[in-house]
Amino acid sequence: METIFSLLVALFFTGGIYLMLSRHLIRILLGVVLFSNAVNLLIFTNGRLTHAVPPIISPDLMTPAGPVANPLPQALILTAIVISFSFFSFLLVVAYRAYQDLGTDDTEEMRVAEPANEAPPPMGY
Amino acid sequence: MRTLIFRTAAPFITALMLLLSVFVLLRGHNDPGGGFIGGLIAVAAFAVQGIAFGVPVVRRAIYFHPMAIAGSGLLLAALSGVLSYAFAVPYLSGLWSAPSLFGVTVDVSTVLFFDIGVYLVVVGGITSIALSLEEREDG
Amino acid sequence: MAGESYQVDRAQAMIAGPVASADWLIVVPVVLPIVCGALLLMFRHRMRIHAFMALAALALVTAANASMLRRVLADGPFSMTMGGWLPPFGISFTADVLGVSFALVGSAVAFICCLYSLGDIDRTGRRYGFYAFLMLMMAGVNGAFLTGDMFNLYVWFEVFLISSFGLLILGSDKAQIDGAVKYAILNLVATTLFLIATGYVYGTFGTLNMADLARKVDGLSDTAPLMTLSALYLLAFCMKAAAFPVNFWLPASYHTPRIVTAALFGGLLTKIGIYALMRSMILIFAVERAAYSMPIAIVAGATMILGALGALAQSDLRRMAGFLVISGVGVMLSGLALGSEGGLAGMAFYALNSMVVMTALYILAGTMGAAGAGFSLHDLGGLYRARPLLAAIAFLLILAAAALPPASGLWPKIVLVQASLAEGAGWLAGAILVSGFLTTLALGRVFLLAFWRPASASLPIARVPSLSLAVLLLLLVPVLLVGLYPEPVIAMSGSAAKGLLDPSAYIQAVFPQAGGG
Repeated sequence: METIFSLLVALFFTGGIYLMLSRHLIRILLGVVLFSNAVNLLIFTNGRLTHAVPPIISPDLMTPAGPVANPLPQALILTAIVISFSFFSFLLVVAYRAYQDLGTDDTEEMRVAEPANEAPPPMGY
Repeated sequence: MRTLIFRTAAPFITALMLLLSVFVLLRGHNDPGGGFIGGLIAVAAFAVQGIAFGVPVVRRAIYFHPMAIAGSGLLLAALSGVLSYAFAVPYLSGLWSAPSLFGVTVDVSTVLFFDIGVYLVVVGGITSIALSLEEREDG
Repeated sequence: MAGESYQVDRAQAMIAGPVASADWLIVVPVVLPIVCGALLLMFRHRMRIHAFMALAALALVTAANASMLRRVLADGPFSMTMGGWLPPFGISFTADVLGVSFALVGSAVAFICCLYSLGDIDRTGRRYGFYAFLMLMMAGVNGAFLTGDMFNLYVWFEVFLISSFGLLILGSDKAQIDGAVKYAILNLVATTLFLIATGYVYGTFGTLNMADLARKVDGLSDTAPLMTLSALYLLAFCMKAAAFPVNFWLPASYHTPRIVTAALFGGLLTKIGIYALMRSMILIFAVERAAYSMPIAIVAGATMILGALGALAQSDLRRMAGFLVISGVGVMLSGLALGSEGGLAGMAFYALNSMVVMTALYILAGTMGAAGAGFSLHDLGGLYRARPLLAAIAFLLILAAAALPPASGLWPKIVLVQASLAEGAGWLAGAILVSGFLTTLALGRVFLLAFWRPASASLPIARVPSLSLAVLLLLLVPVLLVGLYPEPVIAMSGSAAKGLLDPSAYIQAVFPQAGGG
C-alpha cells in the first residue's frame, strides 16, 4: 500500500514540478496546487497506512477499543491544507492582478521590476 | 449567471448554507466538522449570493467589512487562549464549564470560542478574497 | 465532556502542576501582536490610532523579549507547552539564548521601522492595513524564533510569509505586482520543501518537537534517511535565506515595496532562514551538517562574493541594498559551514548585526532617494554639500554595512575569519575578506557619486525629514556602541552557540523529568 502511495506522490510531484517550470503563470499556479497536494499525500503516507478505524473514542470508553488510525498526520495535513488554501487564493488574486496590470501571463515578459537592458552604474564623474 | 431560476433559488440556498455552516461549526468538537470547514461553507454561501445578485449586495448584507470580521475572529481565538492565564495552566488549555440553560446542560469551553474565532477568520478572510475576485469579473 | 466524570490518570499526557506566571512571557511576543493586529483589522477606519497601537504593542513585545533574554542568560532555556499537554504531545515554545536574542533584535528593529513608517505610510496605506499586516508579520517572526516544534515553525513561516505579501503589494503599482508574483511563488516552493522535509521527519522520528528530535537523533538506526532530510532542510532554508543558487527572488522583489517594508524584509526575513538553518542543522542534524560542510562552504563563499559583485553592478540604491543582504547571508553561512563554536557565535552575531544594519541601509536609501531625485546613482549628487548631517550618518552606516571599524559588523567578521583559520579553511577567510572589500567598493562608490559628486543643476535637493534622520541615528547608536564595546554581545552569541552545540540544557528545559541527554 505504501509503495502505491509513494508512486502516486512521485507522480504528483512530477506533474507539479513540470507545470511550475512553465513560463505561463496559470500553469505555474496549477503546478503549485499539484505540488502542495503531493505534500499532503506524502505526510499522510508518512503516518503509515493501516486498515484501522478513525481515532474516535466512543462515549462509554476511555481508550480506543482497538487499533485506530494515526490522527497526527491528519492534523498536520489539515493545517497544511488550510495554509496552502489561503496561500493559493492569495496567489490567485495576485496572478489575476498581474495579468490585468501587466497585460501578460508570461513570466519572461514580466520585466517591470527588473528592466532588461539597464545601464550599468556610472564609472566616474 | 443572473437567470431567473438562479436568482429565485439563491436566497434559499444561501440561507440554508449559512445555517448548515453554523451547524457544522458547533458539532465540530466531537464529530467531524469545525470552524474551518464551517467557515468555508459560509463563504460558499456568500459567493453564491454574490454570483446571483452582484458583490455590492453581499457587501451590504454582511454589513461589516470582511477583514473586520476576520480581525474579530482572530481576536476571539487569541483571547480564548489567554483565559488560561487566570487558571495558571499553559496557553490555549481547554477550559470547560457546563452551565445549565433552561434545564439543558450546555458544554461551554474555550475550545468552542477558539473554533468560533477560526470560523470568523475563515469567513472574513476568504470572503474578502472571493468577493474581490468576483468584483473583477463584473468590472 | 467535562473531565471530572472520568477516573483516568492524566499525568502521562497532561501537565499537572500550575504554570508559573513568568513562563507566560514566552507567548507574549506572539499573542500580543496577533491581538493588536486583530484589533487593527477590526477598527480599520480609525486610522489615527493605528500607528499608535502598533508602536505600543511593539514596545511591549520588545520589553517582553528583553526580559526573557535576561532570564535565559541567567538561568538557561525555559519552555511552555501549549494546551496543557506534556511535550512532545503539545506544541512547545522554547526560549533559549539564540531564539530570544534574534526575537529581541527583530522586534526592536520593527519598532524603529514603525517609527519611520509614520512618515512613510500615508492614509491609503493605513486603510489598506499596513499596521495590521506588520503586526501579523511580527507575530510570525517572533513565533518562528520562539517555537520549539518543527511543524509549528512551518506554520509561523507561512504566517509571516502571507502577511509579508500584504505588505509587499501595498500600493499595487506594476513593479510591486511583478515582484510579488516572483516572491510569492519562489517562497511557496521553499516552504513546501520545508513541509516535505518535516513530513519525512515525522515519518522517521515519530515526533516533531525539536528537543525530542535532538535527543532521539543519536538512537536512530543507520538506515534512517538523515542525509536526505538534512539536504532538504538545507535547500529550503537556504532558499528562505537567499543563498546563492536560490537567491533570485530577493533582488527581484525587495526594491519594489515602500521603503519601510523593504527595510523590514531586508532586516528580518532572510535572518529567519539563517536562524532555522542553525536550529535544524546544528541542534538536530549535527552529524549530517559536518558531512555537508564543504558544499555549505562553497555556497557561502559564492553567495558572499556574487552578492557583493551584484551590488557593484547595480545603479538603483534599493537593488544594491538587496544584493548586500545576500552578500551578508553568505558571510553568515560560512559560520554554518565551519560548525565550530566560534563559527556559530560569529554567525549569530553577524545575523543580529545585519538585522540592524540592513534595515538602516534601506532607510538610508529611502532618505537619500527622497532628498535627491530618485534612487538611481546616475541622478543623485551633491548631497554632501546640501545635507551634511545625512552625509555623516551615511558615512558611518556605510562603514557599518562594510563591517569596518568603528561599527559592530567588524567583530563577528573577525570571529568568523578566526574560526575559519582555526578550521584550516583559509580560502573561506579569504572569501569573507574579499567580499568585505567588494562591499566597501560598492558602498564607497555610492558615497562618491551621491554625496561628493556636484549636484546636477536641473535636480533640486529636497528637505530631509527630521524623522528619517532621527530613525537613522536610533539605528546607528547600537551599531556604534556594540562596535566600541562588543564584549556583551560576543559573550551572548558565544552562549547561543554553546546552547546549540550542547543541547542538554535545551532538552532539559522541555523534558524536566528526563534528565537531558
